[in-house]
Amino acid sequence: MMPKRLLVACQLVIVASATSQPDTSMNMDATYERPFRQIRETPVSLGGYLEADYQYIGTDGVTEGHTFRIPRMTLFVSANLHQRVKFLSEIELEEGGHAIAIEFAALDIKFHRLLNLRGGVVMNPIGAFNQNHDGPKWDFVDRPIAMTEMLPATWSNVGFGLFGKWHYEDWTVGYEAYLTNGFNDSIISNDQNKTFLPASKTNHERFEESSNGRPLVTSRLSCRNNNVGEVGLSWMGGAYNTIMEDGLQVDLPRHVDVLDFDVKLAVPRLQTTVTAEWAWVFVDVPETYSQQFGSRQQGGFVDIVQPLLKKKLFWFKDAVWHLALRLEYVDWNVGTFSETGGDIADDLWAIVPGVSFRPIRETVLRFNYRRMYQRDLFGNPPSQTAGIQLGIASYF
Amino acid sequence: MNDLLTNMANHSARVNRLSQRLRIWVVAMIGTLVVITACNKLIPPPPPNDQLLDGPVSGLSEAEHRQFLAGDVAFNDRVFTASNGLGPIFVATSCGSCHPGDGKGHPFTTLTRYGQSDSTGNHWLDQGGPQLQNRALPGFEPEAMPNGAPFSSFTPPAVTGLGFLAALTDQQILSHADPADADGDGISGVANYIAPRPYFEPKWFHQPAGGRYIGRFGKKAGAIDLLMQTVNAYNQDIGITSTFEPVDPYSHHAGDPEVSTQTVRDVVFYLNTLRAPVPRDEADPQVQSGEQLFMQIGCAGCHVPEWTTPESEITALSHKTIHPYTDLLLHDMGPGLDDGYTEGAAITSEWRTPALWGLGLSKQSQGGTYFLLHDGRAHSIEEAILLHGGEGSQSRDKFQHQLSDSEREALIKFLESL
Repeated sequence: MMPKRLLVACQLVIVASATSQPDTSMNMDATYERPFRQIRETPVSLGGYLEADYQYIGTDGVTEGHTFRIPRMTLFVSANLHQRVKFLSEIELEEGGHAIAIEFAALDIKFHRLLNLRGGVVMNPIGAFNQNHDGPKWDFVDRPIAMTEMLPATWSNVGFGLFGKWHYEDWTVGYEAYLTNGFNDSIISNDQNKTFLPASKTNHERFEESSNGRPLVTSRLSCRNNNVGEVGLSWMGGAYNTIMEDGLQVDLPRHVDVLDFDVKLAVPRLQTTVTAEWAWVFVDVPETYSQQFGSRQQGGFVDIVQPLLKKKLFWFKDAVWHLALRLEYVDWNVGTFSETGGDIADDLWAIVPGVSFRPIRETVLRFNYRRMYQRDLFGNPPSQTAGIQLGIASYF
Repeated sequence: MNDLLTNMANHSARVNRLSQRLRIWVVAMIGTLVVITACNKLIPPPPPNDQLLDGPVSGLSEAEHRQFLAGDVAFNDRVFTASNGLGPIFVATSCGSCHPGDGKGHPFTTLTRYGQSDSTGNHWLDQGGPQLQNRALPGFEPEAMPNGAPFSSFTPPAVTGLGFLAALTDQQILSHADPADADGDGISGVANYIAPRPYFEPKWFHQPAGGRYIGRFGKKAGAIDLLMQTVNAYNQDIGITSTFEPVDPYSHHAGDPEVSTQTVRDVVFYLNTLRAPVPRDEADPQVQSGEQLFMQIGCAGCHVPEWTTPESEITALSHKTIHPYTDLLLHDMGPGLDDGYTEGAAITSEWRTPALWGLGLSKQSQGGTYFLLHDGRAHSIEEAILLHGGEGSQSRDKFQHQLSDSEREALIKFLESL
């Protein structure tokens, strides 16, 4: 039972979810459009979400057996300090608290609806998933691989930027542009033995200093029609390597660029939701380094979510069952071998059908079957992975 | 009466609701049980046993399994980066990069070795020899081939079944040697005697000659044992120093070990205990016919089919009959395969007979294409046979001119079954 002394109000903000409800928010609003609970008359609101799952998955006959995981628990604290000044922080505890990170901690100052200043630890808006990734919003246990392992999931950095929105009837256009600290050499020097942008997430010094003194630029333009859906185009780029140390040049500047296109559509009559995202990664890898580390990557996913049944079930008057299907693909190394001219493989593709059940809008139970094929650098016969996943995710 | 009917109707509705909920729970429970009991069926089966190269020999103890797994992780999963010792000049970033799935490698990681053209040794060591590190960490320059240096390219071999070859005695190997071709079959076969490294520990079965020991690993039989092969690969391929080979190939100075002695030992144990490839289609009449033709045209003169291991310090390797199809000796393969480069006491046209076991699985680790012979120049088994010269020319000629199309096909099918 909710303690009335502590919680005097429950402020439920519309959650962009794959339910049959009309979805009027944009991905750029996802940070604030979450369920918060306000503490008394204070301007402070609290919230968070939890994901936990069970899986039985194996590759080529080898399995870890029955496995229970708690991939993440996230806590939100927000404060409306003024009509035009607000603050939000998001602390994520991953793997049962093994990894704790400030995912977002920024102050927003609104000068005009087209001109807002944001500063602090900001989420680089590279793609819709990076912006709108809360577990309870998704009908699949795992996050899309391309958006979490090819692109760094929940990629946040210290920096500043501007954002704004313009509305006209059913149309909304939004923009975001940030200058932040960025990547480091680890994207081409890591234990994954491939170009791996998420390797920079382990560089906690990025919250203290830039690896090269050059800002990472991230920008996004998105457009939404309330009857159709949203499309977005994001770009992120900048030098990633250490160029100077103590005033001495140790390397030439080398760039990483990421281009991302995302779309989220609702089919009005069927209430089907289609969410798709595709990204291209371009990394300036020295020619004298190894082709093991690709200079180009590409990948993405398509989620199709179909509400099947919405009815009262037990104590839940608006419970909804969904049928869901995800298709995903990642090519970690686009190119050909300089030695043979043959194609560099190093890719994977997966199909993930599933069923999800939302007893309430903030909570989802999901059951997935994953089938995945992954090839090595040389394109040898793929390893095959398959298994089931059963998970829960809920705001609290 | 109306109240009674209403109560009965309400009661009936409650019973129906409870019954509906019960049905839902029963269906959910049964569904859950079905899913859990079907779990094993969900996991993709492993590839057929005879399609796999990796996996331990049978008969290892639990403690040996643990060391095998430790070596497996070090060999296949450990990636070297700038932060843990890679390079700064190198060829590959991990052992598994060169030997995918423990199989033959791809030209992507073909090694270039250079600097020696006769038995007087390598005279290009001060110019980066004996191996070209053709890649470098950002900010460093990789090596370039010095002008005029004799060189040869080596495609990484499969690493399975090596423990059985390591277990054989020098006496067994020498029993196949015929340096003067006393039997007049056109095939000589000589051992390559190699100067041991300081860390070399002779075993009971070694028979040194002039302080040198018989090499049995490497394209030129330049490595006496798997420890020498392993630490040399760490050092020359990945730029990793160890207590065994402490000199960095870039700085040419001794440095702190970048891989622990225990890890090296684990990898050596892993290589020693990787099982031998399992032959396929042995009952196929065409394969059986091909095997007879293989013997008939004299291939077995160098590619000796069968050996039996003696007592080994790893019990699982002891007294096992194996079919590697090699004599571990050097043979003159003629001018076509003479790159002008050599190692140890071998002359430049001499190559150690490669084991043929696992040959048919090569494409599955080389990206679907054969890259055969020492430098991967042959893209089919037939092409590899036809490129044999020197001591292999008699068998090559018989294959090319005496066998019918169907016999050649049978012979190749036999080789693919290995």
